[in-house]
Amino acid sequence: MTIETIAGPHDHLRAQSSWRWSEIAFWLATLLPFVLTPSYLVLASQIAIAALFALSLDLILGFSGIISLGHAAYFGAGAYTAGLISKWGWGEPLTGLLLAGLVAGALGYLSSFIIARFRHLALIMITLGLGLLLQEAANSASWLTGGSDGLQGIHSWPIFGVFRFDLYGYTAYSYALAVLFVIFLVARRLIHSPFGLALRGIRENGQRMPAIGAPTHAHIRTIYTIAAVIAGIAGAMLAQTTETVSLEVLGFQRSADVLVMLIIGGPGCLYGGLVGAAVYMVARDQFSGLNPQFWYFWIGLLLIAVVMIVPDGILGGLARLMQRARIKP
Amino acid sequence: MSENALAARGVNKSFGSLVVAADVDLVLPAGVRYALIGPNGAGKTTLINLMTGMLRPDAGRISLGDEDITALAPEQRVQRGLVRTFQINSLFPHLTALESVTLAVCERRGVAQTWWRQLTAYGHEIDEAYDILTALSLAPVCHRRTRELAYGQQRLLEIALALATRPKVLLLDEPAAGVPREESKELFAAIAGLSHDITVLFIEHDMELVFRFASRVIVMVGGRVLLEGTPAEIAADPRVRAVYLGKARHG
Repeated sequence: MTIETIAGPHDHLRAQSSWRWSEIAFWLATLLPFVLTPSYLVLASQIAIAALFALSLDLILGFSGIISLGHAAYFGAGAYTAGLISKWGWGEPLTGLLLAGLVAGALGYLSSFIIARFRHLALIMITLGLGLLLQEAANSASWLTGGSDGLQGIHSWPIFGVFRFDLYGYTAYSYALAVLFVIFLVARRLIHSPFGLALRGIRENGQRMPAIGAPTHAHIRTIYTIAAVIAGIAGAMLAQTTETVSLEVLGFQRSADVLVMLIIGGPGCLYGGLVGAAVYMVARDQFSGLNPQFWYFWIGLLLIAVVMIVPDGILGGLARLMQRARIKP
Repeated sequence: MSENALAARGVNKSFGSLVVAADVDLVLPAGVRYALIGPNGAGKTTLINLMTGMLRPDAGRISLGDEDITALAPEQRVQRGLVRTFQINSLFPHLTALESVTLAVCERRGVAQTWWRQLTAYGHEIDEAYDILTALSLAPVCHRRTRELAYGQQRLLEIALALATRPKVLLLDEPAAGVPREESKELFAAIAGLSHDITVLFIEHDMELVFRFASRVIVMVGGRVLLEGTPAEIAADPRVRAVYLGKARHG
C-alpha cells in the first residue's frame, strides 16, 4: 500500500499509528527464550532491562534530538532508590519501581531546566558532567550507598507475594519483560500523540518551534522528566533482580553503553533501543566468552561497522531494504 | 480591535559598533498590506527579528494591538498573533506537510502537551490543517515529507505554518526568495488572498511585486526608516531612487 492510494488525511495518520504485523511478531519473539534458551533467562532479563533503559534514551535522543552522555544518572538513581528501600526493609518490587521512578523523575525534572537551554556539544558536556557529579556524590556518601563496596543486603520479595525470584531468572525475565512491555505501550502512545509530534518538531528544527508558538523548553522538560522516570524504573529492576547495586550503575560506561545500543539498533523508531540492547548484550556475552579481557575491541568494531554500513542503525537499514524490495518486486 | 496592529517605538539595536536599527518608529494599521524594502544590509530582517522577539532591542518598545510585548518570548508573541516566516526555508524536513501544519494547529489550541491521547483523536485539528493546505493548493502533496517537496511548495508550506497559528499580524521575510518569477506571482496571489483581518508586512526585492501587492511601502536604509508612503509616493521620491532604485550612490 503506497501513500498516494490512501484517501483522506485521517486515514494516513491512523495507518501510521496502527499496529504492524512485524511488531506483533517482535513481541511474540520475546517469549522465545522461555522455550529455546531457558538457561539464558538471566541474560534475557538483563537484556530486557537494558532495552527499557535504551527506550528511555530513545525518547529524548531519537525522538526529540536531545543528546545525552549522562543518562546513567537516572538509571543509577532508580537502582539506588530501589536498593535502599529494600535494604531498609521494604522489598516489595512494584512499589520499589514506583518510588525509584519518582526519585529519578524528580532528579530529571530538576536537571531538565538546564538541559532545555542547551543543544549539541554543550549538551553532551552538561549531561556528562551531571553524570560524573552524581557518581562522585554516591561514592562519597558511602554511609548511604556503601561507596565502592556497593550496596549490600538487598532482598526482593516475591512479586504479588507469589512469584519468587529464582536462580534461573525465570521470574526475573517475566518481570522485566512485563514491565518493558507496559512501558513500551505508554511510550508508543506518547510517540503517536500530539506531544510526540511536537517532539519530532523539536528534533527536526528546534529553532523553528517558537515561531509556530511552541513552548519548546516546556516540551523538553516534560519529555526529559518522563525519560528519567523510565530510566529509573530500569535501574530499579536491575537492583531488584540482581539484589546488588554498585557505583557502576551511575558510571560513564553505562551511559556510553546505552548510547551504543541505541545507535546500533536505530534511534527514533521505538524498537531501535530494544533490538540494539539484544544485539549488544548477546555480542558482549559471546565476545567475553571468547576473550574475557579484550571484548570491548569487538564491540568497538561492531559499532564502527554498523555506523559505516547502516548509519541509521539495524532497523533503519532493514526499513530501507524492505522499501527497496517493495519498489523492485 | 485596536487601530494599530503592530507598533515599534524608538527601537535601537547594535552589534558592537554596527548599528542595525536606529530609532525605528513604525506603526502598522490593522488590515494593511505593507512592503518593507531597502538595499541589502538595511536591517529589514533584523527589524522582523526585533519585532518577533528573536532579538532583544537595546532600547524601545514593541506593541501588538494595545499590549506591550517587548518583554515577551517569541512563542508568547506567536500565541498572541504576531507571526513570521523565514527567508531561508526553515521547516521540519522529515515531517510531512500535514504533520507540520497539524503540529502548528495543536500548539495554537494548546493540546500539544497531551501525550496520553493519540493524535488521530484530534480530528478537528487535522481537518483544520488539511483545510489550510488545501487553500494553498498543497493538499495533493500533504503526505509527502517536507524535504521531498518542490522548493516553491516549501515556500507555501512556510506560509501554511504561519496561518495555522491564526496570526493577527504576519511578517513575511522574502516569501518568494529563490522562487522563479512565474511561481512567485502565484505565491503573492495566495498572500493577497489572505483575510483582511490579517495585517501583512513583507520584505521583497522585486519592485513589480511590491507595487502590485502592497498598499503601503516602508523604505529602510542603514538601520533607519527612510520614509513610508503609498507605492506611488515611494516610486516618485528622489531619495528612494537614489538609494534603492538603481541610481548610482556616488553620482
